[in-house]
Amino acid sequence: MTRSGPGTRTAGGPAIEVEGLTRRFRVRGKGFARTEVTAVDDLTLTVGAGESVGYIGANGAGKSTTIKMLAGILVPSAGTVRTCGLEPVRQRRELARRLGVVFGQRSQLWWDLPLAESYRILAAVHSMAPQRERERTAELVERLELGGFLTTPVRQLSLGQRMRGEVAAALLHSPALLVLDEPTIGLDVLSKQRLREFLLAERAAHGTTLLLTTHDMGDVSRLCERVLLVDRGRLAYDGSLAGLSRTVGARRVLVVDLAVPAADLHGVPHAEHLDSEGGGLRQRLAFDDAATTAAAVLSAVSERVEVRDLSVEEPDVEDVVRRIYAAGGR
Amino acid sequence: MADLDHGLAARWRPYRAVLSSRVRAQTSYRGSFALDLASSVLIGLVELAEIWVLYRSVDALGGLDLAAVLLVFGIADTAFSTADLFVGHVDTLPRYLRAGTLDVFYLRPQPLLAQLVTSEISLRRVTRIGVGLTALAVGLAVNDIAWSPLVVAFLVVVLLASTLTFAGSFVAAAGVQFFLVDASEMTNAVVYGGRYAATQPASVWGKPLVALFGFAVPIAFTAYLPVVALLGLPGAEWLPSWLGWLAPLAAVWTWAVALLAWRTGVRHYQGGGG
Repeated sequence: MTRSGPGTRTAGGPAIEVEGLTRRFRVRGKGFARTEVTAVDDLTLTVGAGESVGYIGANGAGKSTTIKMLAGILVPSAGTVRTCGLEPVRQRRELARRLGVVFGQRSQLWWDLPLAESYRILAAVHSMAPQRERERTAELVERLELGGFLTTPVRQLSLGQRMRGEVAAALLHSPALLVLDEPTIGLDVLSKQRLREFLLAERAAHGTTLLLTTHDMGDVSRLCERVLLVDRGRLAYDGSLAGLSRTVGARRVLVVDLAVPAADLHGVPHAEHLDSEGGGLRQRLAFDDAATTAAAVLSAVSERVEVRDLSVEEPDVEDVVRRIYAAGGR
Repeated sequence: MADLDHGLAARWRPYRAVLSSRVRAQTSYRGSFALDLASSVLIGLVELAEIWVLYRSVDALGGLDLAAVLLVFGIADTAFSTADLFVGHVDTLPRYLRAGTLDVFYLRPQPLLAQLVTSEISLRRVTRIGVGLTALAVGLAVNDIAWSPLVVAFLVVVLLASTLTFAGSFVAAAGVQFFLVDASEMTNAVVYGGRYAATQPASVWGKPLVALFGFAVPIAFTAYLPVVALLGLPGAEWLPSWLGWLAPLAAVWTWAVALLAWRTGVRHYQGGGG
């Protein structure tokens, strides 16, 4: 398990301490019927100061509910939670000074104001000294490349520009812990790349603890040294990304280019046909390292068709997560 | 003393930053802002005309003649419009609740209610206050009032207390929204119905209205009862005329109810057994 982060600048205890955390919701059924749904179920985990953690799981696995309890928006049904050493609900206002949250779908910015004005207001909201405000704003504007649209009303920004603006808004008061809820959702490849690079740099410079929920495994593999996987409100895995792949058996993918188009290559031992391109000219087969080898799969394929070129893709993390769910009886 | 001033300024800074930017945003489109101001005046004048039309066919209603009713209207409308200017936008809470944007307020180190109240300011109500003040000035001129420092103090206290009572009713309605998300029409009926009721002599109300606006939301104390006390009128038999002096008490009561409703609403939102 990878547990220690390089940047442990933040003094004191862990950034997040959660024990037996449980959250139930009563859901309204027909008429007066109520059913109880457990969104977060007996969750216990610790995130050290300076760590960078990916919090992943399917829709409805309990990620957003956990974040709301970390931020003091929701009261736990059972268990305890401490964020930055504080009790989130009771000490919310104190916590707000040490915590930054980026909600992928909800804006912190004023839609009819330019970013520059939003930051001026947020600096006042966080009672930042004028000099600190100038320095921090300048730093974020430069690193997130906001300069070109700082005076444009937020409603006229592209999604990628707005998201960078949101991240700067959450980081303006230099929180020790930054929580990002689906920060790259809907962004194009280049915008994602920029945002990830910025987050890496911010963490290296200030030792900021990162917790991010995401559906994008690129975020996890680029940004996180530790993965928490939740499944139906329970912690299903806690460790490194490589370890996660090993646990479920990493599936590698053999990509073969054929001399002439052929029918889909089903029935190759220990391998599964994933897809075909060019009418069957290029085909992809997933295989399990533990059961067979790339060479064995290739020779089985070569018996049926003529292979001109090949490559091997390393384990696909989304595939890994899917298989964890499958193993869990979904 | 300088330290205290400095502390207050620092504490006020977050709210001032939001409010001043809202003011700039609202006044930046001069044309539409002017239209907003004008339409506000118009609505105020129409409501005033309604009373005038009513009194064309009757000399007195519930013991109040046109001059006295003008005074009731002036106090009620000035107080309500002022409350609306500063607090009225808390009725957008259902929109925040549906969009989940209330969560953003949780990330800022100020109390939620204070943030919500200072998140906006409805400047276009300024002209509406103007209509109310004009009615009030005319009302004070045409009535036979024995002026004294006490009367002036009474008027100032009544205006303040009435504004607070209306502001409290806005906040109470917002607190209830946490439970009723899609039923803002119901609370609007109480808040805006209360405003309308406040401009009428409470002596003509039926029993259900007396229960609602006499006690639960003490609208009778905002204008009608103070005017009865000020002019030394007989008033309704169920409400002795000295009750007009209790306007501040009505404000305190409304805010106690409002803060309780808000607190219960927030607890419900956070799911802490609300």
